Amino acid sequence: MRLTCPNCGARDLREFTYQGAALNRPEGDWGESWDAYVHLRDNPAGPSQEYWYHGLGCAAFLRVERDTRTHDILLVALASGGAA
Amino acid sequence: MRFSGLRVLKEGLTGNKGWGPHWRDPAPKPAYDIVIIGGGGHGLATAFYLAKEHGLRNVAVLEKGYLGGGNVGRNTTIVRANYYLPGNSEFYSHSLKLWEGLEQELNYNVMHSQRGVLNLFHSDGQRDAFVRRGNAMINQGDDAELLDREGVRKHLPYLDFDQARFPIYGGLLHWRGGTARHDAVAWGYARGASERGVDLIQNCEVTGIDIENGHVTGVQTSRGAIRARKVAIVTAGRSGQVAAMAGIRLPIESHILQAFVTEGLKPVIDNVVSFGMGHFYISQSDKGGLVFGGDLDFYPSYAQRGNLPTQEHVMEAAMTLMPMIGKARVLRSWGGIMDMTPDGSPIIDRSDIGGLYLDCGWCYGGFKAVPGSGFALAHLLATDRPHDSAAKLRLNRFRDGVGLMDEEGTGAQHNLH
Ligand SMILES: Cc1cc2nc3c(=O)[nH]c(=O)nc-3n(C[C@H](O)[C@H](O)[C@H](O)COP(=O)(O)OP(=O)(O)OC[C@H]3O[C@@H](n4cnc5c(N)ncnc54)[C@H](O)[C@@H]3O)c2cc1C
Ligand SMILES: [Zn+2]
Repeated sequence: MRLTCPNCGARDLREFTYQGAALNRPEGDWGESWDAYVHLRDNPAGPSQEYWYHGLGCAAFLRVERDTRTHDILLVALASGGAA
Repeated sequence: MRFSGLRVLKEGLTGNKGWGPHWRDPAPKPAYDIVIIGGGGHGLATAFYLAKEHGLRNVAVLEKGYLGGGNVGRNTTIVRANYYLPGNSEFYSHSLKLWEGLEQELNYNVMHSQRGVLNLFHSDGQRDAFVRRGNAMINQGDDAELLDREGVRKHLPYLDFDQARFPIYGGLLHWRGGTARHDAVAWGYARGASERGVDLIQNCEVTGIDIENGHVTGVQTSRGAIRARKVAIVTAGRSGQVAAMAGIRLPIESHILQAFVTEGLKPVIDNVVSFGMGHFYISQSDKGGLVFGGDLDFYPSYAQRGNLPTQEHVMEAAMTLMPMIGKARVLRSWGGIMDMTPDGSPIIDRSDIGGLYLDCGWCYGGFKAVPGSGFALAHLLATDRPHDSAAKLRLNRFRDGVGLMDEEGTGAQHNLH
């Protein structure tokens, strides 16, 4: 599995860290929406929206669409650009 | 058909013509009292204990592939009761006691071998943590023995004790821990359940869960609709997809765990040994292969195969700990789908839907749990009350923040346990 970082190009998996499902952080105090954000997952078998961190490269946080059945990388964008 | 030494002898002398199939292969009936989704270790054990302990025989196990083709046949077979936190502690303790009587109970050779599990430590801090864990194990009524460096050297002279970066300070030895033949555990439970009247239905994928007025009424499958008064989801790495059929979102993310086996060697590693720095563990199978593994690949996956960086990491850890195995050739590697929870501990509970039960979140440690989980889920299904040993394995602990069992203290991130 290799990821193509928008800043650095195609790089080895070892440079990246998976940072969890790409979910929107809720507002306000603890409640159902926080429980869902911290714990509950769609856990799809198929295209999955995720955050990755290019720690051994440009240190950017990335938003990645990846197929969990095949490990195919479908899309990589900078997370700071907002939801793709 | 019962197994005995005499029977083996007789069959051996008469061409082994007297052995029959170990379980029936029935077609699904239109309705059952209880339907169990998933014919892995947990599903089969649940069916067995429902019939044996509670006399409930109008039960079906629905398996989308073949019995034992999931994680129960893909794991590295370690069985132990060396947990620290209340909840896990009593549950795994109970499970190990069931293991100790399992072969007699099933009349089946599961090759349970209590060869000892030795967890090594490599710093003062780790030693303190292991002392504490050992005391918790003893308080639970299980066994634990603290070994210093020389004590470890006596058992495992082949380790690299003077490794500059991760010197071996000692280890926590759990003698009643060990290994078992994973397939045999699935087969033994399958045979015992089938003999008692449970229908084990293979090539039967559940594609939908029927719910009326907040209560489950049955399932849709690749072999037609089946009605049921109670349904249990026991599908390990696939729990997320099956629960979604009932509109439930679980606190689970599915990750890949790899394992490796070498060519067969003469006996060399007597126990199960784990390295405390950089995850690595190893044992030797009765066939002689070194069976070992390490960390998850750390990203979600349903591929049942991992990537090379994790393989490299596992091999490096192996060479750091026991350089002698460097000459052994790796024959095979494979992966399984792990149902990882935010605290790394499992769930045996009711869902919010009437008659629908959950048994999931086994992470990478659910093989040793097979007897305990089957026993506790059968109890819950039969009596609607949790069994004492599993009373803390609640689904709502995440939402409520009460009774979390984060053994490693890594926080609420599914892949870090
Ligand atoms: C590499 C590796 C090493 C491991 N090492 C250890 C270890 O040393 N010690 C330990 O204790 N644990 C270990 N584990 C973990 C252990 O194997 C699992 O936690 C445990 O087997 C999971 O429970 P199970 O046996 O019921 O799962 P499975 O055998 O996976 O059973 C689930 C079943 O559900 C079926 N299913 C899924 N979806 C459907 C559907 N829609 N309809 C019908 N059926 C369906 C699947 O086909 C499968 O057969 C390891 C796992 C792996 C992968
Ligand atoms: Zn980059």
